[in-house]
Amino acid sequence: MTQRLKLEVVDRRDFVVGAATAAALTALFGRIGNASAEDKPPTFDEVYKKILGDKKPEEGKVNIELPEIAENGNTVPYSVMVESPMTDADFVKAIHVLAPGNPGPTIATFHFTPLSGTAKVSSRMRLAKTQDIVAVAELSNGSMLVGKRTVKVTIGGCGG
Amino acid sequence: MATKPRIKVEKAKKAGDVIEVKTLITHVMETGFRKGSDGKLIPRNIINSFTATFGGKDVFKADLSSGVSANPYISFYLKVSGPGDLEMTWLDDKGEKIVEKVPVTVG
Repeated sequence: MTQRLKLEVVDRRDFVVGAATAAALTALFGRIGNASAEDKPPTFDEVYKKILGDKKPEEGKVNIELPEIAENGNTVPYSVMVESPMTDADFVKAIHVLAPGNPGPTIATFHFTPLSGTAKVSSRMRLAKTQDIVAVAELSNGSMLVGKRTVKVTIGGCGG
Repeated sequence: MATKPRIKVEKAKKAGDVIEVKTLITHVMETGFRKGSDGKLIPRNIINSFTATFGGKDVFKADLSSGVSANPYISFYLKVSGPGDLEMTWLDDKGEKIVEKVPVTVG
């Protein structure tokens, strides 16, 4: 009898403790572990390799603007900018924004043309947890640039 | 995605100016990672593509994923060669499409 009561208490406590985490994580992302194999998103390494191919990216020329601490992971404002003359001969073709710590690592890919004038884009992303945001820029001459920026996330959010 | 997107276009003083275009559209951006009360995954429904053309020429394009926040805000830049129409298109997973045309003047 006592045994059973104890068990019940533990169960209830587990439920309460779990509820907080579950609400924050499970409800928002779904249980990643339970996701069926066929619709599993690619890993960060796979995505990163696919973008770069066999090229080596140059570091430090991609400017990422992010809050140091993002209180709400559901909507984190950011800007990515690459210095470029944006002429027909020399322009930024694309910027890939990646969040390695998210259930799906790709945030977005932005494509530019010389008509863009400036290789800069601002948007808002979802972040599951504290992580390093990676931005890869593809230039018209085929070379690659990469930038990284750490963002601390207080409450993760990927589902709204 | 029935509501009209909000678009703000910076004024161009002369031809050749680079101006900022800010856009905001209402959309749930359902990730496809969430489960409903029945325990089943809610199917993904996001705006997966945004394109902008000026005078029929490509200016900017975005491939979006589940990692983009609900009610996506996108700001990009446009080099104004002269007066013309800036056309923007949002497309979601259900095939719903919203097209907006904004005239851009110079001076």
